Amino acid sequence: MMRSLLIRGMLVGLAAAVLAYVVAWFLGEPQVALAISFEEARAAAGGEGHEAEVFSRTVQETAGLITALVVYGVAFGGLFSIAFAFAHGRIGAFGPRTTAALVALVGFAAVYVVPYLKYPPNPPAVGSEDTIGSRTTLYFTMILLSLLTTALAVYTGRLLAPRLGAWNATLAAVGAFVVVITVVFVVMPGIDEVPADFSATVLWRFRLASLAIQFTVWATLGLLFGALAERVLNGRRAAETPTSVGV
Amino acid sequence: MANVAVPSRQPVPLRIPVREIVPWAIFAAALGLVLLYFVGAEQGATSIISGHAVHEFVHDGRHLLGFPCH
Repeated sequence: MMRSLLIRGMLVGLAAAVLAYVVAWFLGEPQVALAISFEEARAAAGGEGHEAEVFSRTVQETAGLITALVVYGVAFGGLFSIAFAFAHGRIGAFGPRTTAALVALVGFAAVYVVPYLKYPPNPPAVGSEDTIGSRTTLYFTMILLSLLTTALAVYTGRLLAPRLGAWNATLAAVGAFVVVITVVFVVMPGIDEVPADFSATVLWRFRLASLAIQFTVWATLGLLFGALAERVLNGRRAAETPTSVGV
Repeated sequence: MANVAVPSRQPVPLRIPVREIVPWAIFAAALGLVLLYFVGAEQGATSIISGHAVHEFVHDGRHLLGFPCH
């Protein structure tokens, strides 16, 4: 049972990565190319030589990008199936498809959108080499705090549901999440390393492209996994006889 | 009054026992963390493998997925 859910989660992650690649190719790569030409013009003006290339741009924007997306998709596909297994039957009387869609919505918000609001993604040429350590630490810390707050909000919602009803309990949980995350946003240090002469349009489009890519990943996880999980769970229900074979 | 057979509410969705999930959760978390580390951070903030090959290879994905890259 869990084995087949996990395998399906990872396969759905793979499918999500393929779709995300299409979005990344059409929306993301043009902006990355513009940012790199800005970077090169700046390096040339500063008298710096051309950076030695480890991989050509062609490799980076095809094999490299698809590999990164597949690894990301499979990793989150697996984790998604686990979150789904915990959520199913525990967050309300929802079937597998609704549960998967809700878990994807919450996952997208917790893993990506909330950290994005504090530390938005940056194209090449934005961000100083010297601060990569602290920026990475802050970004991962933000994801962790966002996930932790989400877990607490879900717990609170489940606790309140019998007393307040599902709708009001959900509102209370979301409200608590917003309050805690606002405090986290205020406390965490800000980062602004955008060069003064960097195109605002390129930055905006790059960040929108990133949002679109991540949306594609999570929407695919939620919708496709839900359909597959329904078949797995219904199979289990049908086979639930005294002699059911363990998976 | 006729005894009408009222269908019970929606069937209660199946709950997978936590005991059954936990071992798989540990496996998925361990695998996921290693995979995400290589896409999101290796040869940026920290390096296990020397050089820049991993960083350069996943460069575009790292930027577009939202991780700090360089």
